[in-house]
Amino acid sequence: MGIDFKPDKPIYQQIMDRISSEIIRGERQAGDKLTSVREYAVEVGVNANTIQRVYRELEQMEIVESRRGQGTFITEKQERLHQLREDMKRQYIQSFISDMQGMGFSVHEMIDGIRQSSEGEDNND
Amino acid sequence: MIKFDAVYKKYFLNVAIKDFSITLEKGNIIGIIGENGSGKSTLLRLIAGLLNPSKGNITVDGEHVSREIREKIAYLTDQDYYFPYFTIRELMNYYHSQFSDFNITKAENMIDFLQLDPGTKIGHLSKGNRGRVKFLMTISRNAPYIIMDEPFSGLDPMVRASIIKGLIQFVDLSRQTVILTTHELKEVESVLDEAVVLKAGRLLAKSSVEQIREELNMSVLEWMEHLYQEEKRLKA
Repeated sequence: MGIDFKPDKPIYQQIMDRISSEIIRGERQAGDKLTSVREYAVEVGVNANTIQRVYRELEQMEIVESRRGQGTFITEKQERLHQLREDMKRQYIQSFISDMQGMGFSVHEMIDGIRQSSEGEDNND
Repeated sequence: MIKFDAVYKKYFLNVAIKDFSITLEKGNIIGIIGENGSGKSTLLRLIAGLLNPSKGNITVDGEHVSREIREKIAYLTDQDYYFPYFTIRELMNYYHSQFSDFNITKAENMIDFLQLDPGTKIGHLSKGNRGRVKFLMTISRNAPYIIMDEPFSGLDPMVRASIIKGLIQFVDLSRQTVILTTHELKEVESVLDEAVVLKAGRLLAKSSVEQIREELNMSVLEWMEHLYQEEKRLKA
C-alpha cells in the first residue's frame, strides 16, 4: 500500500514533493484534475487530513487551484510550472552540493565529476 | 472534544491512571502509545464509559461520561468476544437493532472491501477474519467517536493493511474522531494526526505527528523511545 515515507520529514511535504515531481516529469499536466482527497488518501495510505493539507499548501503555492464544486486542478499558468521545475532543480542541486561538501569535495571537483559521469548521456536531447 | 481533568483510576491497590489531564480535539486520528501496562486500555475504557474514574473528571463534548455515552462512542474491544453462533449478516442485523447509528449500507460496502462472506458463522472464521469483522462492526456505526483497543494485534500484515486502508476509506474525519491504541507504529504512523505517549499510568507527552517529524526529525517510534529514555535519565 502507498509510499514508503522517510521518518525524518513531514509526510505532507513528502507527498507535495511527489506531486511536484510528477508535474515536472509530465505525468501530470497543466489543467489536470487531482483525485478527491479521500481517494488520494487511500491511494497513498495516509490520513485524509494530511491530503487536505497537501492540497491546501499546493494551492497557496499556486501550483494547484480549487474550483468550487468541481475539485482541485493543476494550474494552467505555464510560467508557474516552469518556476516549479527551476525551484526543484535548485533545491536538489543545493542538497547535492552540501552533501558533497560534507565529504570534503570542492565545487570544482563536483563539476568535473558530473561531467565525467554524464558523458554520452545528454546526446539524445 | 474529550477532556480529562486530573483523572485517577485504581484497581484495588494498583494505580492504572495517575493525575491524568488531556484534551483530545475532534476530527483527528489519535494514537495512544506506550509499553504494556502503561494504562492505554484503561484510558480507552474510561472514555467509553466502561469504567468509572476513581477521582477526577472526564467529559465528551462537555457531557460527563456514563454508560449512556455509548450512543456517541463506537468501541472496539481488545478481547476476542463475538457471538460464535451468528453469521456475519445476523451479527450486522443485531448491531443494527442495537445502535440507531449503525449504517447497513456502509457495512455492506465494507464486507466487499474486506472480502468477507456474510453467510459465514463467526465461530468458523479465522482469527484474521474475526479481526476484520470486529473492525467492520465498529466502523459501520456513524458514531462521532470511534475508540479502538489494539485493532491490529495478532493479525497478519495483510489484514493490518486492509484495516488501515478501511480506516482511511470509511471514516469521515469531518464528522468523526478516532482514538486507537497500538504497538504497530511503523504501519500506523502515516495515518495518525496525533500521538499520545503513556508511561506507568501517566501522560508523558502529546504531539502532532507532523510536528515530531518537522521539529525533531524523528518517527513516532523514535520519539517514544527517546521520551522513555529521557524519563529514565531524569529518574536516575
